[in-house]
Amino acid sequence: MADKYNAENIITETQKRISNAFDVFDHESNKTVDVREIGTIIRSLGCFPSETDLHDIIAELEEEEPTGFVRYEKFLPTMTKILLERKFRPITEDLLLQAFEVLDQQKKGHLEPEELTKYLTQEGEPFTQEEIDEMLSAAVDPDKNVILYKDFVSMMTFDDTR
Amino acid sequence: MGCRVTKSNQVQLKPCDRGNISVPAMRAALLIQRWYRQYVARLEMRRRCTWNIFQSIEYSGQQDHIKLYNFFSYLMDHFSSANSQRNLVSQMFGESDPFQDAEWEKHFCYKDIEVPDVYTGPHLSFPLTISSVTELVDAFKNKQKLHARYVLQLLGKTWTLLRLMPNISHVCTCKHKEITICGDLHGHLEDLLLIFYKNGFPSAEAPYVFNGDFVDRGKESIEILLVLFAFLLLYPHDVHLNRGNHEDHIVNLRYGFTKEVLGKYQVHGKMILKLLQKIFSWLPLATVIDQKVLILHGGISDKTDLNVITKLDRHRFVSALRPLKRRGAWATPKEADDDFGSGRRRVQSLTHGAPLRLRQELQRHSVHSESGRTGRSVEEELRERRRLAGLSLPSDSDSAEDLEADTVEWKQIVDILWSDPMSQNGCVPNEVRGGGCYWGPDVTQEVLDRHKLQLLIRSHECKQEGYEFCHNGRVLTIFSASNYYDVGSNRGAYIRLGPDLIPHFKQFQASRSTRELTLRQSVGRTERSAFQALRMQLFAHKSALIREFQEYDPQCTGLISVKHWAVAVEKVLCLGLPWRVLRSQLVNSSTQDGTLNYQDWVSQLSVIQPNTEIANTSLLETLYKHHSNLESIFRMIDTDHSGLISFEEFHQTWKLLSSHLQTDISDKAISDLAESIDFNKDGSIDINEFMEAFRLVEHRRAEMEAPPPPPE
Repeated sequence: MADKYNAENIITETQKRISNAFDVFDHESNKTVDVREIGTIIRSLGCFPSETDLHDIIAELEEEEPTGFVRYEKFLPTMTKILLERKFRPITEDLLLQAFEVLDQQKKGHLEPEELTKYLTQEGEPFTQEEIDEMLSAAVDPDKNVILYKDFVSMMTFDDTR
Repeated sequence: MGCRVTKSNQVQLKPCDRGNISVPAMRAALLIQRWYRQYVARLEMRRRCTWNIFQSIEYSGQQDHIKLYNFFSYLMDHFSSANSQRNLVSQMFGESDPFQDAEWEKHFCYKDIEVPDVYTGPHLSFPLTISSVTELVDAFKNKQKLHARYVLQLLGKTWTLLRLMPNISHVCTCKHKEITICGDLHGHLEDLLLIFYKNGFPSAEAPYVFNGDFVDRGKESIEILLVLFAFLLLYPHDVHLNRGNHEDHIVNLRYGFTKEVLGKYQVHGKMILKLLQKIFSWLPLATVIDQKVLILHGGISDKTDLNVITKLDRHRFVSALRPLKRRGAWATPKEADDDFGSGRRRVQSLTHGAPLRLRQELQRHSVHSESGRTGRSVEEELRERRRLAGLSLPSDSDSAEDLEADTVEWKQIVDILWSDPMSQNGCVPNEVRGGGCYWGPDVTQEVLDRHKLQLLIRSHECKQEGYEFCHNGRVLTIFSASNYYDVGSNRGAYIRLGPDLIPHFKQFQASRSTRELTLRQSVGRTERSAFQALRMQLFAHKSALIREFQEYDPQCTGLISVKHWAVAVEKVLCLGLPWRVLRSQLVNSSTQDGTLNYQDWVSQLSVIQPNTEIANTSLLETLYKHHSNLESIFRMIDTDHSGLISFEEFHQTWKLLSSHLQTDISDKAISDLAESIDFNKDGSIDINEFMEAFRLVEHRRAEMEAPPPPPE
């Protein structure tokens, strides 16, 4: 059975995945996607790049004179490399939980919406209003009006196992 | 930034904290952001896939339906002179319309219909006033039903009005007015009400254009029509209705409008539908604003010529799925073959058979004994008699030129109602829809320039945001039915266009509950529907799938690699979907070494439970595959709309359909099938029950399948 998994096979499989993901956003069926969808495509393939990482990748992918589109021929080798080198590794449930715990300086076991908002909209690579609103709508416990981050993390990562 | 004022019992981040935010905290924030954005991206991918699924299934369903046309044509060529078959076919096309409009008006008369005292719905008096129309809208908002008498009265007046209108309405913004343009509504009354709420009712100061597809799919199609027609009667110069491809009684048989009307109006539904058939054929085809902006439902082709369209008799085009209406003979446009795919060479046999058929029609239609005299002119009467005696003069029957003209006109209309834009240059037949074409940016430029127009506004395709530009901004799609595929699937939109002719968009989404769902919940929900629909498609192609899988499994291990699975599925279904991405949702059994057991998988797809007593499973599968078309055909046969068809009718239909489809089914198998579908054991088949057999199981399956609600 091990024969099946020679390097060539892996590369072909990988490229098939990339091609499928690319096609979903190739609305005109002409092997190009809008550059603004690149982040979504890369992330949907299982990578966790930061915004800065994405900017760098996009800079690489764009044409000399930016058209607003990225061609598949350019995207494929770049993306193959990213996947084969396993760049931008997934963030595990544990790691995520730890991150929330760090923010919970007073060790309350929960976070106030304002606290989390402050951190996420002002630190790191800040969230937009839309992003923070969406996250809060899922994260805030409606009765207690706090974020029970332990539950939140389990619930969100439950989806991952599908 | 300073201190944020928060509630006293909550944490304040003091100013000094900001500068001194610990490195771990900063890293933590970064990590959470990075994680969350990945999560949202995956949701977006799922949402896009779901969307693609719905679209491709929808279009393939429509293509399937248009192929009914081929079946009808096949029938015309192949039915034998045996009484039963001839009757069946004439039954299907029974409405050959030998009567004049005046006759029909008498037939549709509402005056004898009494409104009982117990009726609590709205009352209409004519001429309509703004307050009575407002009352009507309010009544519908409160889920009331308009009495059949008023419906027929309103529709009758609408028909009269529409017959006075030209094929293309020319509208002027007159240097100060803004025109509102709405796209497909598809029976979503809530969306229409939302538009009126946000934008105001139509009036002389607030003109509206409604760009077709008012009915089908949604459950309040008749209400939408009544409201639109009421406003049309109130403001005939300021409300403009364009015909859509769903303003077609045969399409309605399949997509729900016929059923809705018959359900809501059990006594007069038939009459209402017949009158609507005429109204639909009289709806104008396009609207032009300030001679610069063209609005029509589907699109254009390289042959589109507004001058031809202006001059033709639009009401002869009753349905995309029926031959052109002519006084007497049936005439099928020859070149329309190219639009509709393979195998149609009807013209010869039709004109040959015509006189015989006509005689039968007139005999069967010696209806309405009180309307024996048809009130034709003497000349027309003579022409009829000559035709009946088989002594038609050349000037009587359809000349070759007439047929040629018919073909051209037919194509003009089908193209504007059914076409879709594409990104590549050129113009190709629209295989997906089965009618009209795909047209490219070069065609847009050529056609618009030729007519000195600057913008084409069309509808016909659902768009995520309710609207979308293409072809360098010269084509604009506007779609006004929000949540079209399922709750949360898309927004609706409408356009406001002023004298500067620059479109401004307003978006909306009906149903408060949509907005309350988180992104995750609404994606999940729509996704479940999409996958349900997809599983049904897969089930319908069970045998073909297994055959295809076996090609990749020469040693009959029962296993197939994921790669081959994806290739095989696409080959059979031709939906153009990313099967590998979808696999995790469709294949439950865990894969070992990247292979899956396809027999197991296919058997899990089983939608129909064995307790329907249909033993012959391959027959069952074929039946399932064509059940939507079968429903359409049954409803056409059931001319008295009783909901029942006889065994004999079922037998004949199925036999004809299966020979057309080239499937091999014995007479006995069909008889057994008919008997097992006769749930009431009374010698007739209830169409609704027949369709229920499939729906019931879907629900049961959905119940079994639905995942437990996530903790929220």
